[in-house]
Amino acid sequence: MQVPAQFEYERATSVAHAVALLQRYGPESRLLAGGHSLIPMMKLRLANPETLIDINGLDELRTISLEGGELRLGALVRHAELMASAVAGEHFPMFRDAERVIADPVVRNRGTVGGSLCQADPNEDLSAVFTALRAVAVIEGVDGRRTVPVREFHVGPYQTVVGDTEILVEIRVSVRPGGGSAYTKVERRAGDWAVAAAGAALWLEGERVADVGLGLTAVGADHFGAPQAEEFLRGAPATEENFAEAGRIAAEHCRPVADQRGPEDYKRHLAGELTARSLRRAAARARGREA
Amino acid sequence: MTTHAAASTPLGFGSMRRKEDARFLRGAGRYLDDIVLPGMLHAAILRSPYAHARIVSVDTSAAEAHPKVEAVITGETLAGLGLAWMPTLSHDVQAVLATDKVRFQGQEVAFVVAEDRYAARDALGLIEVEYEPLPAVVDATHALDPDAPVIRDDLHRTDNHIFDWEAGDAAATDEVFSRADVVAECDLLYPRSHPAPMETCGSIASMDPVSGKLTVHTTTQAPHAHRTVYALVAGIPEHKIQVIAPDIGGGFGNKVGIYPGYVCAVVGSIVTGRPVKWVEDRSENLMSTSFARDYHMHGEIAATKDGTLLGVRVKVLADHGAFNGTAQPSKLPAGLFHVFSGSYDLRAAHCSVTGVYTNKCPGGVAYACSFRITEAVYLIERLVDVLARDQGWDPAELRMKNLIRPEQFPYRTALGWEYDSGNYPKTLRTALDLAGYAELRREQAEKRARGELMGIGVSFFTEAVGAGPRKHMDILGLGMADGAELRVHPTGKAVLRLSCMTQGQGHQTTFAQIVAEELGISPDDVEVVQGDTDQTPFGLGTYGSRSTPVSGAATALVARKVRERARIVASAMLEVAPSDLEFVKGRFEVRGDPAASASMAEIAMAAHSALELPEGVEGHLDATCVYNPPNLTYPCGAYVCVVDVDPGTGQVTVRRFVAVDDCGVRINPMVVEGQIHGGLADGIGMALMEALAFDPDGNHLGASFMDYLLPTALECPSWELGETVTPSPHHPIGAKGVGESATVGSPPAVVNAVLDAIGVRHADMPLTPAQVWRAMQGRPLRTDLSVT
Ligand SMILES: Cc1cc2nc3c(=O)[nH]c(=O)nc-3n(C[C@H](O)[C@H](O)[C@H](O)COP(=O)(O)OP(=O)(O)OC[C@H]3O[C@@H](n4cnc5c(N)ncnc54)[C@H](O)[C@@H]3O)c2cc1C
Repeated sequence: MQVPAQFEYERATSVAHAVALLQRYGPESRLLAGGHSLIPMMKLRLANPETLIDINGLDELRTISLEGGELRLGALVRHAELMASAVAGEHFPMFRDAERVIADPVVRNRGTVGGSLCQADPNEDLSAVFTALRAVAVIEGVDGRRTVPVREFHVGPYQTVVGDTEILVEIRVSVRPGGGSAYTKVERRAGDWAVAAAGAALWLEGERVADVGLGLTAVGADHFGAPQAEEFLRGAPATEENFAEAGRIAAEHCRPVADQRGPEDYKRHLAGELTARSLRRAAARARGREA
Repeated sequence: MTTHAAASTPLGFGSMRRKEDARFLRGAGRYLDDIVLPGMLHAAILRSPYAHARIVSVDTSAAEAHPKVEAVITGETLAGLGLAWMPTLSHDVQAVLATDKVRFQGQEVAFVVAEDRYAARDALGLIEVEYEPLPAVVDATHALDPDAPVIRDDLHRTDNHIFDWEAGDAAATDEVFSRADVVAECDLLYPRSHPAPMETCGSIASMDPVSGKLTVHTTTQAPHAHRTVYALVAGIPEHKIQVIAPDIGGGFGNKVGIYPGYVCAVVGSIVTGRPVKWVEDRSENLMSTSFARDYHMHGEIAATKDGTLLGVRVKVLADHGAFNGTAQPSKLPAGLFHVFSGSYDLRAAHCSVTGVYTNKCPGGVAYACSFRITEAVYLIERLVDVLARDQGWDPAELRMKNLIRPEQFPYRTALGWEYDSGNYPKTLRTALDLAGYAELRREQAEKRARGELMGIGVSFFTEAVGAGPRKHMDILGLGMADGAELRVHPTGKAVLRLSCMTQGQGHQTTFAQIVAEELGISPDDVEVVQGDTDQTPFGLGTYGSRSTPVSGAATALVARKVRERARIVASAMLEVAPSDLEFVKGRFEVRGDPAASASMAEIAMAAHSALELPEGVEGHLDATCVYNPPNLTYPCGAYVCVVDVDPGTGQVTVRRFVAVDDCGVRINPMVVEGQIHGGLADGIGMALMEALAFDPDGNHLGASFMDYLLPTALECPSWELGETVTPSPHHPIGAKGVGESATVGSPPAVVNAVLDAIGVRHADMPLTPAQVWRAMQGRPLRTDLSVT
């Protein structure tokens, strides 16, 4: 059995309390959400926080709601809750596509949306999903709340804009009519991290692409994005050829790194193939031809 | 999926629920880590971060100063006791704790004993080791290069060569090849894999300073062999050593050998005077305990132009890691690899095997492999497919045409084995019919026309299990024969004591059923005792599918001895001659007067009573037996796998898997099917996702379950099982053993199916999406090295 080093443990009773605890214990303290990234790292002693601040009691961060034309996901929403959410799934089927292939039921029962974004693993699926959806992160600190577009949230592998005494409280996605979305992932085995994955959100006006958002994970895409491919598609006819071309552009601009999941050329190929597949499916959904 | 109603308890063979499951399913198993002894300390091992480095210095002072640390043991400490090196199972030595150099990443360097597990782990961080890194030998194909770094300078070696070994008739084989119409050749790597049992390895050593007795609770598949090795290594008298294997959470060969941590725990207990528990974590298990396979094979197959197979020629480069610790019969450095002529009637065959050292973990053979038959079957079953593809022949027909025919048994192979029995064409026909082979080929053609990739893979295997006989097979000089003791208590309840050791195979049930079959009592009335060397007879344990072939035979024979003693007691009870008695399940009846009879329970009571027994007959009802198998048993099977491949991503879906096994008489068909299910899942894992690769510095790239993938239920189809039954003629109950059949037989079926789908001649396992896609591009990956 792998065992972590010694640490102190505190349980936050409110967001303000969590922020106060972060202030009190300083940069060697860490928030504990689902623990499915942090605790394995502690057991392997890759992370050795002096204090854990458990935020699992903060029920105010566990809600999923539709308010002011926005889907609002509390940072502590569990993967399993997002997967089961009717309102999230109705507006953005890509949540279900993605959640079905994130880890396994045991991890999904504990791991959280906020933890996924804050872990900032370059292979995280939800980071690509929120990138495609142009979500906005709400962060709270001593001086109150601020919002940051998800496309500016990650500043590098395992690094985000969330400060030492801040906490991510919510993710917001604006709901617009005429859209469809999809997420496609290749994994070596059920429950494995992505070899590559791509998400697409698409809004149609007739047969033209009114707007599009793309997100890629595990392929070294800058901020999990594919802006050049989005630019190519915006205003273009929603055709199979254009989806394939968008995939080609996305593949060209990412920077995958070889590892045991696959060589660089294969990952680049997947970036294109999966982008095209997600676009195809998102379009079918936008046209009401697929659930 | 075939299911057996398993509600009733048969008085003998038949499906019944496993007696052990009530305990396991309620979480009441008692595994090593559940055991807490009074005053017990906990240990942790400091391991090398380098694959190859000279040790300049080891400073343990800070660790020793830790308030909860009781002892820090280094290679130097052990060298002082003459214990720094221990013998391996293959005539080599292995460092218990490194003294001069570290030779693989994860090698044991220091051993900390502390009040609790946390303190032991913390103290590892306080040990300072200065290393001088050396270039590592990672790619086995370059291990013998003249400029390759020499790994075993401790043995004064000047290169990394371990052995050359050959089998078969080279001249006769060359002759067959020179006259063959067609020859197909192929380079195949059976990559290094890991048994990865759910329970990792561990040990609790307890040296009683008063009695001088050493008790070792440990995760072992071979408790008696462990006891003898402790006696030989540590010089402790063998009667003062008791090895106890508690419940074992899977072994697959991983728990045959003795690991450095076990020896250190013994030393730790001697030094501290308290019990010492050491249990490795998952990464330690994957990095430092027995791996399997790692065979680089060059195979050639010769045939006539009408499709008659003539011969096979093989060259193998075997990667044995840093110490040659392969577990196999000591006269056979490539194990039973030379069954690679497989299930076909060949004129000649020959192999040469070269073993080399590399800077990787030692061990080998482990993992449901029947001593390298996994590699052998993969080789021949791939070669047959490659030949069929080259010539445009149907792979199922080619197999059918060349299978050994039923009338040829007992069949002597070109490599000298005597296969005991089988009806191979019937087994293959059964599988092809179950699969609907012709219909599948039609469907495949239709799909191909639409650009869809579907593949059908066939394999046929012959296993060779149940080692000995002892004169041919031994491990460290200990002959491969196994004992059994059966004692029937006065009330007719029995205790069976065996030298083999269950790791989840259902021995509590199966062996009780053998006694039940022979004595006609309920299996519920038979307690099976294993694992404790003070309570059980000597024998070499459970691996290589040998429990039923060897200990199962011992059980049947010891039960028959008891039955004959019962006959004599019954004759005294019923006042007739023993020959006038007839055994009818569970009782002896007087011939012609069935009303005059005695049940086994009545006989048992009488055997312990005041009843006058015939002159020269001792009382009580018990017997012992040692079974030295006259030959191996040879199970066989025919497998058909159907896959779909996504052409855009290379992802493989195993749609169907048909497995027809012939393991002779089935004692408990439900248990047999469970063994097959597990083995098939293993095969899918091997074929599609499992491999231990190393980067150029010798870093281990599979040290966690995020990196070393095991298959899940989602990758497995609903298995379609069938059977043929050809009893073994030389086994007392005709049973053949089945534990490893499916692991041996299934990888080639899956690989053949995937390659059939994508139309590629060969690509090495594991066929991950990346490997399949690369194979479709004509650029398959080297799966033993890091992907670049
Ligand atoms: C076996 C396994 C397989 C997995 N497979 C996948 C997969 O396929 N795809 C995938 O995307 N993910 C996968 N994951 C990761 C999983 O989604 C994790 O749950 C997730 O990455 C982290 O969420 P958590 O709530 O567990 O975070 P934690 O582990 O609790 O925290 C992670 C980090 O985020 C910080 N943090 C958490 N919440 C907040 C907050 N509200 N504000 C600021 N900082 C915060 C923590 O301090 C910590 O540094 C897998 C995990 C495991 C164990």
